[in-house]
Amino acid sequence: MHTATHTDTEHRAHEHAHEELGFWRQYIFSTDHKVIGIQYGVTALLFLFFGFMLMLAMRWQIAKPGEPIPFFGPILTNIFGDVAAKGIISADLYNTFGAMHGTIMVFLAVVPLGFAAFGNYIVPLQIGAPDMVFPRVNMASFWVFFVGCVIMFASFFIPSGAAQFGWTSYSPGATTTPGDGQTYWLVGMIFLITSSLLGAVNFIATIIQLRAPGMTWFRMPFFSWAQFVTAFLLLLAFPPLEAAGVMQLADKVLGTSFFLPTGLFVGGNPADISGGGSPLLWQHLFWFLGHPEVYVLILPAIGMVTEIIANSTRKPLWGYKSMVYALLVLGFISFIVWAHHMYLTGMGTKISTFFQATTMIISIPSVILLTCLFISLWGGSMRFHTHTMFALAFLPMFGIGGLTGLPLGFNYSDILLHDSYYVIAHFHYVVAPGTIFGLFAGIYYWYPKMTGRKMNETLGRIHFWLSLIFMNLVFMPMFAQGMAGMSRRMSDGGATYAESDGVLGLTAATIQSNTAISHAAFALALAQIPFIINFFWAMHKGEKVASDNPWESTTLEWQTPTPPPHGNFDKPMEVFRGPYEYSVPGHAGDFVPQNEPHKKN
Amino acid sequence: MDIPFTTKARPDTGLYNAKLGIWLFLASEVMLFGAFFSAYILLRVGADPGAWAHGLMNVPIGTFNTFVLILSSVTVVMAWAALKAHNYSLYRNCMVITIACALGFLVVKSFEYAEKFRHYEVWMKDGRRMTGHIDYEDGGVKKHAYLWSTKTLSKKKIESIAFTPDAPNEWATGQYYPPLTKEQLEHVKKHADSDTHHHEPIAIKSADIQRLSAFVPAHSTFFAIYFTMTALHGLHVLGGAIVLSFFLFRGHKMWKADPDRLTNRIEVGGLFWHFVDLVWIFLFPVMYIL
Repeated sequence: MHTATHTDTEHRAHEHAHEELGFWRQYIFSTDHKVIGIQYGVTALLFLFFGFMLMLAMRWQIAKPGEPIPFFGPILTNIFGDVAAKGIISADLYNTFGAMHGTIMVFLAVVPLGFAAFGNYIVPLQIGAPDMVFPRVNMASFWVFFVGCVIMFASFFIPSGAAQFGWTSYSPGATTTPGDGQTYWLVGMIFLITSSLLGAVNFIATIIQLRAPGMTWFRMPFFSWAQFVTAFLLLLAFPPLEAAGVMQLADKVLGTSFFLPTGLFVGGNPADISGGGSPLLWQHLFWFLGHPEVYVLILPAIGMVTEIIANSTRKPLWGYKSMVYALLVLGFISFIVWAHHMYLTGMGTKISTFFQATTMIISIPSVILLTCLFISLWGGSMRFHTHTMFALAFLPMFGIGGLTGLPLGFNYSDILLHDSYYVIAHFHYVVAPGTIFGLFAGIYYWYPKMTGRKMNETLGRIHFWLSLIFMNLVFMPMFAQGMAGMSRRMSDGGATYAESDGVLGLTAATIQSNTAISHAAFALALAQIPFIINFFWAMHKGEKVASDNPWESTTLEWQTPTPPPHGNFDKPMEVFRGPYEYSVPGHAGDFVPQNEPHKKN
Repeated sequence: MDIPFTTKARPDTGLYNAKLGIWLFLASEVMLFGAFFSAYILLRVGADPGAWAHGLMNVPIGTFNTFVLILSSVTVVMAWAALKAHNYSLYRNCMVITIACALGFLVVKSFEYAEKFRHYEVWMKDGRRMTGHIDYEDGGVKKHAYLWSTKTLSKKKIESIAFTPDAPNEWATGQYYPPLTKEQLEHVKKHADSDTHHHEPIAIKSADIQRLSAFVPAHSTFFAIYFTMTALHGLHVLGGAIVLSFFLFRGHKMWKADPDRLTNRIEVGGLFWHFVDLVWIFLFPVMYIL
C-alpha cells in the first residue's frame, strides 16, 4: 500500500472533488498550506541569497579596504551614489550592509524558511491534517510578511539608505542617526511581527486541534514537536519587540524619549528632547525576543535533522521522549536567559550572575538533544543520501557553535570576548553550518514530496563537501581573530590598527587572515552554484520518484499522493504507531508507517 | 475540503478551533501590553526626581470611561447568552449597546486627547516651570494654540506668548523654583479652589523660554507612555467595534444559515472584548491615579 504510486486516475478523481480555482486563487492568494509554504520558501531563499551577497560585499571591504569591488562596484555606485563612490564601499554603506545582512538573514530568510516554509508545508501533512486550522489567516500571514519584506528591501533605495545601526538597533544611536532607514526598518519589523503572530497562532492551534485520530502527543514526529515549541516562542517573545519597535518609532517620529536619556548630545549639541528615557530598556525588550529567536532559528533545523537521522539510520530515535522533554524545557528556559547579551551594559553584577546561571542551565537540554542524535547513529545501518550528509554534518557544526557559546555565557570571559569576531564565529557556527545545513538537508529530503522528482545526488555531494570545507574555513579563523581582540564592527577589518603590529593592537597575522577568510567566503558562494543548478534542473529533469515514499519513511507526510493535492490525503488517516518504527523485529520490511494497523492475532 | 472542529468542539481538547485561536492570540496580546507595562515601570523608576508628570489627568472623565467599558462588557456577555437562548432580538439590542459604548469611549477619549494638545508646560530659563494655556490672535480672532513647541516659536517668529497659567495643581505646585514656603503653598492651595487665581494671561518673552511643549508624547516620558498605551488600546477598541458591528449587521444572515457558528463568533469576539476592557482596567489606575 505505502510503496505503490497512486495512479493518475486516482489523482484526477481526487482533484475533481474540489472546486476548480483560478490561477490567482490557486497560486497567488492561495489558502492551501502547501502553496503558502512554497511562497514562504521561495521568498526566503531569495532573501537568503541577497543577504549572502551583502556579506560578500562586506567581506571584500574587510579584506581589501578602500579598493573598488571588481565588476559589481559600478553597479553599487549607480544604486547607492556617494556612499559607494568609485565602487568602493564606504564605512556608512558597510554599516548599512551589516545591519541589513543580520536583519535579512534572521527575519527574512532563516526563520521564514525553517519555520514558515517547512512548517507550513510539512506539519499538517505530518500530523494527518487536511490543512492549517485557519487557512485564510495563513494566507494573511504570508502577505503581511511579504509587505514587511518589500518595506525592508525598499529601504535600500531611499535617499538616506537603509538602517545602519546593526540588526539589534540599539538606541540612542539607531534613533539619532539621521535619515529614514531606521523608520523603514521599524515599520517593516512591525509587519513581520504581525505576520509571525498570525502564523504562530495557526501552527499551535493546528497541532492541538487537527491531529489525526490516534496521533497522540507522543506519537507526533519530532519535527512537529519542534515547530510546536518554536511557535510558542514566536507567539510570546515577539510582542515585546513589537512594543519596543513602536516606542522606537515614536522616538524617531514623534520626538518622544523612551530610549533617550537626559542630557543626550547629538553631534555636539544638546538634543531637543525631554530625556528621561532608558537605553537599557530597548536592550531588555530587544533581547527578550532576541534570545528566544536564536531557538526559533535552530529548533526547526534540529527537527529536520532528527527526522532525517531516524530515516537514514533505519532505527528508532534514541531517546525520543527525552528529546521532547528537553525541547519543552529548552523552550521555557529560553525566556529567562536574554540578558546574557548585556553583561557589559552595567546592569549590575547580581543580574549578570542570575543570567549566567540560567544560561548554563539552558545548555543542558541542548546537550540532551545533541547527545540523543549522536547516540541514535550508533548501530544504525546507514543509507547515505545528500540529506544524510547535511544532517550528519549538522551535529558537529552545531556542537562547535554551542560549546563556543559557553565562554560567552560566563560573564568574566565575556568581558574579553564581547563584540569581537569570536562572537561572530560562535553564532554563525550555530546558524550557518548549523541551521542552514539543517535547512539544506530538509530541502533535499522533502524535495521529492513537493515536486515528485529527486534532486541529483552527485551535484548534491559536490555542494555538500565544498560547503562543509569552506564554511569551516570562513568561520574557524574568526575564533582566533576574536581572541586576538579584533572588534566585529570595524569596516576596514582592523587595518587602522595594523601599524602597531601587536604592540598595542592587532598582529599582522590576525589582520592578514581577513584575506584568507574572504577568499573562503567567495569560494563558499561558488559552492552554492551546484545547489542552484540542481534545484531548478531537478524540477523538470530530476529522477522521477517511483513511489510516494521514496525514502521509505514512517511518518504521515509520505502517505499522501505526490505532490499532495488540496486537502492532502485521499483516504482518512488514522494513526496506530509511534513515529519512528524502523527495523521492527518480526516485521517484513525495515519500516512500519504510522498509519499501518496492528495485526490482529 | 472541510476543516474539522470549526463549530463543534474537539472531544479531547473541549475547544472549537476559533476559541483556541483567540486564547492564543490573547496570550500574545498579554505579552504585548505586558511589555508596555514593564516599560512604564522601568521609565517611572528611572525618572529624574520631579520629572514624572503626575496628576495631570482628568480622573472623573477616566472613571466615566471605565464604567462605559464595564457596561459594554456586561452587554457583550448578554448578547452571547441571548443567542444561546435563541433570542435574536435581545442579542441585537445588547450588541447595539456594546458598540455604542465602544464608540462613546472613543469619542470621550478623543476629547481628552484634544484637551491635552492645547495644554502646555513652559520651562523658563530661570528654572521655573508652569502649566497653562496659550491664546493668540489670528486675523482678529482669538484662538487656542494647538500642538505648539519650542520650534513653533522660532518658526513663526513669535516674540512673546500670552500664557494663562493653571490654578496651582499637584504637578505645577511641586515645580515652583525656588520651592515655595509652607505659607506660600497654603496660600496657593486656598486660591486654587476659588478658581480665579492666576487666570489672567501673562506675557512671556520667547527669549526667556527654554522649552515649550504641549502635553504630547514628546512632553515627557509619562506622556510618551500614556499616549502610546492609550492609543494602542484605542486601536483595539476600534478594531473590536468594527468586528462586532460586522456581526451585528451581517448577523441575521449568519443566524439563518448557521446559528451555532454565529454564537461561537460572538463568544470569540466577546473574549477579545473582555480583554480590551481588562487592559483598560489596568491602564486607568496606572495612568490616572497612581
